[in-house]
Amino acid sequence: MRNPFATAVSDGLWTEAPKHSGFLHRYVLGQPLGALGFVLIVAGFAVSLLAPFIAPYDPLATDYGNAVAAPSLAHWLGTDSFGRDLFSRILYGGRTAFLIGVSASFVGCTIGLFVGIASAYIGGWVEMIIERFLEILLAIPITVLALVLVSSLGRNLVYGIDLNLILAIALPIIPKMARVARSQALTIRSQSYIDAAVTLGFSDLRIIFRHMAPNITGPYLVLLTAFISQAILIEASLSYLGLGVTEPTPSWGLMLAGNAFNTAMTAPWIVIFPGVAIAVVVFAFSMFGDALRDALDPKARADR
Amino acid sequence: MIRYLRNRLLLAIPTLLGVATLIFFMLNVLPGDTVETMLRAEGGNPSVELVAAERARLGLDRPLIVQYGDFLAGLATLDLGQSHWTGKPVIEEVMLRLPITLQVAVLSMIVAIAVAVPLGTIAGLYQGSAIDYAIRIFAIGGIALPSFWFGMIIALVMLWSFNWLPPLGSPSLMTDPMRLLQQLILPAIAVGYRYSAILIRMMRSSVIDALHEDYVRTARAKGLRVARIVWRHVVPNSLLPTITMIGLEFALLIGSLVVIEQVFSLNGIGRLFIEAVSRSDFIVIQGIVIVLTVIFITVNLLVDLAYAAIDPRIELG
Repeated sequence: MRNPFATAVSDGLWTEAPKHSGFLHRYVLGQPLGALGFVLIVAGFAVSLLAPFIAPYDPLATDYGNAVAAPSLAHWLGTDSFGRDLFSRILYGGRTAFLIGVSASFVGCTIGLFVGIASAYIGGWVEMIIERFLEILLAIPITVLALVLVSSLGRNLVYGIDLNLILAIALPIIPKMARVARSQALTIRSQSYIDAAVTLGFSDLRIIFRHMAPNITGPYLVLLTAFISQAILIEASLSYLGLGVTEPTPSWGLMLAGNAFNTAMTAPWIVIFPGVAIAVVVFAFSMFGDALRDALDPKARADR
Repeated sequence: MIRYLRNRLLLAIPTLLGVATLIFFMLNVLPGDTVETMLRAEGGNPSVELVAAERARLGLDRPLIVQYGDFLAGLATLDLGQSHWTGKPVIEEVMLRLPITLQVAVLSMIVAIAVAVPLGTIAGLYQGSAIDYAIRIFAIGGIALPSFWFGMIIALVMLWSFNWLPPLGSPSLMTDPMRLLQQLILPAIAVGYRYSAILIRMMRSSVIDALHEDYVRTARAKGLRVARIVWRHVVPNSLLPTITMIGLEFALLIGSLVVIEQVFSLNGIGRLFIEAVSRSDFIVIQGIVIVLTVIFITVNLLVDLAYAAIDPRIELG
């Protein structure tokens, strides 16, 4: 074993300068996991988008004569207890996961960003009220809050997509983003370019949108990616509990629900593949998010 | 110490009141309630009069502000109301289900800490080595694998390799602790793995930070043995941020518990919650959210106390 104290000495100042200076080169070499995550995200996105062309079967087509079939050349990942092709269902489930994960995280982070900035910019009693309100929201676990919202919002299907489910996952994200945005905005507000903008008589909205928000892009993107993986996990959990996406829409969490566990005692593929799909996508987004954070904020390096 | 505790508890009251208010209005302002769901479940399409009569019986036709006042008055006397669905007092139901959830929570925390502290320390000490990479990959697994799925997989693996499934029923901690442990260990591992992944990362980076501190260099310079430096200086100092993390991420643990109880058919508070959500039984939902918030606040208070107990520099005033 190496002397653990060697690292304490050979750190920082003595590391060699990178041989390649291009951002992409540096990124791939310095952040292999982040690069892998990025590739997986792009691949997963492409495959879900192209699902109708790739999927060998209709994800909703049942074939009871062929139920719980083991993986074979005809059904690459086997079939479920309704005889539906698992590979096709996983491809289409990717659409659900990406759609809900990305939109929930986007809605939550964007609202959170502006709530946070507005709170810091306006200050006074508005800030105090917003702060207390966010603190209260933060005291409730994110999955629990999403479940409460699912219950109170009910369903609102538009083209087969449950908009209220997206909202239920997005709302708990708002306070988390707002807290970060506020602390960033507080620093930015005291910068001289904001003073200059105020002196020039720019409107509050212009200052918030044109001067403050763009300067919080870094943390915003980092949290956006991190919360996509969280949102995908929550969607899977809610669907597993029967409170998220409803049958027959393909969803990875839903594929694990109901009788799946009992069926899997003799037909493991039924639970293995959907879970692997969730894990790969969550892995991809969290690795990419970590790498993004390290790239944008060298001080907060996680792997130091 | 006593004064600190009193202040913290006083500070918890507004938060709790806020949560109660928020949840109450979230559930009651929005349309739809348990009455229709319930009457539909009994069969057929309930008439408008029937729904109105049932609402009047449950006191749901009163002005919202009166219902809210009633709810707060109940809270003050630890009365969380009665389930609209079963008519049973919520607090009774919660107390019946809470022990199993708390037992899984404690066991998961033990699993998580027992895994995270040694692994995080080793990864930090041997930063950049093969063992560090192995531990980091282990931690990434905990973050990426959904805990309910991981729970299913370990249960299936136990079944295939040892033909063993967790025992059913509800063994008690007092009379049959071994059976209880058998029942709870798999869910605790499933949830604890995810929790430990976060703690490993924290422990690892704190150990790395501690290695760079002056006191470690001094200890090294005066010739202290490496094992002693690690045990006496590096580990205790790295435990502090890790312990803070235990409190902060406890919310995550609660979220995972709600789901894992469904996988292992544990009759805990999480299952009660899911039942209530699918029935839109608002009284039960708000009761459980309040209980969970109380637990979350209590754990964070305990974490702060542990913090002060470990680090003599911290004075609770």
